[in-house]
Amino acid sequence: MNTFPFSDWIVAAIFIACIAITVTGALIAAFTKRIIRSVCGLAICCLGLAGLYYFLNSPFLALMEILIYIGAVCVTIIFGVMLTEPDEPTPENFVKPFPVIAPLVGLAIGAGVFLGIAKLSLSGNWTAPAALVSDGSVKAIGIALLTTYSVPFELISLVLLVAILGALVIARSGRTKE
Amino acid sequence: MNPAQLYSQPAPYLVVAAFLLAVGIYGLIRRRTLIGMLISGELIFAAASLNFMALNRFTAPDQSVGQIAVLFIMGLAAAEVAITLSIIIAVYRNYRSIVSKDLNELKG
Repeated sequence: MNTFPFSDWIVAAIFIACIAITVTGALIAAFTKRIIRSVCGLAICCLGLAGLYYFLNSPFLALMEILIYIGAVCVTIIFGVMLTEPDEPTPENFVKPFPVIAPLVGLAIGAGVFLGIAKLSLSGNWTAPAALVSDGSVKAIGIALLTTYSVPFELISLVLLVAILGALVIARSGRTKE
Repeated sequence: MNPAQLYSQPAPYLVVAAFLLAVGIYGLIRRRTLIGMLISGELIFAAASLNFMALNRFTAPDQSVGQIAVLFIMGLAAAEVAITLSIIIAVYRNYRSIVSKDLNELKG
């Protein structure tokens, strides 16, 4: 049926690669000591997520994920890293209160959340819809944004405006002459 | 379950989303600086977005609803990062540190 040999397996390999990139990026983001590596891990994770969105029939959101998360959020966080001193405190000037118990408690909570939600999602009975109302193309998204969701669409532009103004006001407050 | 058709089932996406949520919560607990906690929060946002997209693709009759929800999540995440970084910079200017243990004074 397929014209290209092994095309099913190539697609499956790309899918598994996307999952691996996402998981690796998340692990780098959470476990490295240097914050700048953590930001890079977040960028890698978002790249894998964009691939997963592509597999979920949404190339538009894959593009938006790369554009907003890697292009805007990660770059903004890197600006924050440049303006502050974000590295984890070194052992010389920081005594860990519970050096053995604390990582274990964190790992236990993380593993509990993961196992619980993964079990729920694997045991869930996800039934496919009987008939599709809309195919989720970019045209359908645009029409829905300007008709059904026009009020949230305008509200979110207002939220962004207020956020920019608020960020300017908060970050500027300390810069006046003492 | 045919392994070549893994991408057309909801389970792998939901498990990856659960993993992202768990890693985000772990980072939120364990990180000692504000920017590290912010990055972990972004991971939790990503988990929520992936959950929205997976359930939208496999269970929703209207395929554009979940995509619009994820677009709104992205907009809110961008606004949240802008506000949080300005707060972090203001905190750094006052305390010369963004280690969460050092931020222990209230004004009043």
